[in-house]
Amino acid sequence: MSASLVMGEVLSRKKQGEDYYSLTVVAPAVAESVAPGQFVNVRPVGRTAHILRRPFSVYRVHKQGGWASTFEIIFDIRGPGTEELAALDVHDKLDVMGPLGNGFRLPKKHSRCLLVGGGIGAAPLFFLAARLREAGHRIDVVLGARTSELLLNAMDARRLASICRITTEDGSAGDTGVVTDVLGPTIERCGSEVVYTCGPHAMLEAVAGVCGAAKLPVQVAVEELMACGFGVCMSCVIPLRVRRKKGGSGSGGVLYARSCTEGPVFDGSQVIWSDHIAAPDTIDLASELVPPPAAPPRAQHVPAGAGAEHSPPGN
Amino acid sequence: MTRPSLAVDLAGIRLKNPVLAASGTFGAGREASGFVDIARLGGLITKSMTLEPWKGKPTPRMCETPSGMLNAIGIQNRGVAHFISEDLPWLVRRKATVIASIAGNTVDEFAGVAARLAAAGGGIAGVEVNISCPNLEDRDNMFAHSEAATARVVSEVKRALPAVPLFAKLSPNVTSVGDIAAAAVAAGADGLSLINTVLGMAIDVNTRRPKLAGTVGGLSGPAIRPIAVRAVHEVHRAHPGVPIIGQGGISSAADALEMILAGATAVAVGTANFINPRSALEVAGGLSELMASHGAATVAELVGAVELVG
Repeated sequence: MSASLVMGEVLSRKKQGEDYYSLTVVAPAVAESVAPGQFVNVRPVGRTAHILRRPFSVYRVHKQGGWASTFEIIFDIRGPGTEELAALDVHDKLDVMGPLGNGFRLPKKHSRCLLVGGGIGAAPLFFLAARLREAGHRIDVVLGARTSELLLNAMDARRLASICRITTEDGSAGDTGVVTDVLGPTIERCGSEVVYTCGPHAMLEAVAGVCGAAKLPVQVAVEELMACGFGVCMSCVIPLRVRRKKGGSGSGGVLYARSCTEGPVFDGSQVIWSDHIAAPDTIDLASELVPPPAAPPRAQHVPAGAGAEHSPPGN
Repeated sequence: MTRPSLAVDLAGIRLKNPVLAASGTFGAGREASGFVDIARLGGLITKSMTLEPWKGKPTPRMCETPSGMLNAIGIQNRGVAHFISEDLPWLVRRKATVIASIAGNTVDEFAGVAARLAAAGGGIAGVEVNISCPNLEDRDNMFAHSEAATARVVSEVKRALPAVPLFAKLSPNVTSVGDIAAAAVAAGADGLSLINTVLGMAIDVNTRRPKLAGTVGGLSGPAIRPIAVRAVHEVHRAHPGVPIIGQGGISSAADALEMILAGATAVAVGTANFINPRSALEVAGGLSELMASHGAATVAELVGAVELVG
């Protein structure tokens, strides 16, 4: 495990629009090693009423050398934990555990990558886009939110993307509707070979559905409640349909995987979305189950690098 | 004055320090081992294991509450066979002091797990019998809510696994924890773990739904520490010769000392591990300093040393 427990320092705190807050934190051990889709689990120092850390996927990283590198998280206020974080000042200490989880798997060969983000959940896609761009991949973006105020960094999205589609539910920016309204045509137009997505659960399910119909590999970063973030509390599990290991018998089974450890990035085709709340009865934990390959065997392209990492967002 | 000794004798188990990691908050050590050398812990009480793998409860399984958290995990685990083949050899290599926590829906299931551990032929220093998990299917018939059921489980586990000390983990959700403790000890328990989580519930007032899919769950964290201290105190007064692993909301050395003064021979850090997997080690380090300030050379002289007034 490569995660560290370090005391970071807030370098800057910004309010973005009406609802979002960003914290840039000096924590070189974390910033130098974190990969897109991985997350940090943070806690202000000296507060006791709300005991648990709060997990956030990394929004951006600024490498400044081994002693000053920073990572940035962005969030909206959802409860007392995020309220405390939003009230932090420059130079305040922040207890940081990370990087945690498995991040997005990047394509090995040049690929046309479509990034689909909803609301604040789009955060890890900006870090991913930066790395995809460094590696020379083509990036297209679909960014959605309820209102234009809640669109996360549409300016950067437009700058990073070859093609950028914006949707808002109230029509205050881009097309009126939700990301999946424009997803199919955008995939066609861009010739997308792999889709990366992060956002609300219902959006992830819908995006995975469209990609499944188009037989397109889709990596989803999920956001689940977690107490520990490093694999021991078993709070953040998500049901996956997985294939049986080579040499095993039967057709496979269902596995409760930990979003913090096996995720937070999962193969969208494996996630059992509809049984998310009701535990399946057929679960088979006894056999050794392994996930199918990250990149389904399709001709002409190699989407996600096999055997690399994946990861999550969260609050 | 020489440095105080943290070593304790817990029902015959020699612990290098009295601070263990509590069951269900440390897995079988692997995940936390990136942050802490598990050989340096007083001991590690494993996540409860069952005869067959258990899938656990639906999500959401957790919610934070003031100074604590509620959980309804349902003991998701891969079963005793997986523990013996995968986790135990690893723990032995890492030189961890292991107390295996076992659970089941029936007396036979408990005895079955114990028999498997006995057949594994060593590696564990003790067994904790989790008869008090509030998240089983039949919550209304929790073993630890009945003296007779407690005695049956304890005696069958002891029969199947006589080689190591047995700790019965008791529930605070009873009228008299002292009576349950007496039944466990009479049935062969070598020690007691006090306490498991406190039954609780939280409701989302916007959706009007319970915050846990399991509706109710177990409350842990600093919020329950006074309940644990009271239970340890009561049981220690009634059974002063029975070693107790005191647990419930411990996150600092002072918390650990409080539990020891109430009557615990050793303590376990639980929910604090979620926030800081080094908690148990840090508590042990701080305890050494606190003992020095109390002029105590050994932990044993502080056990039950609360000075009652009147």
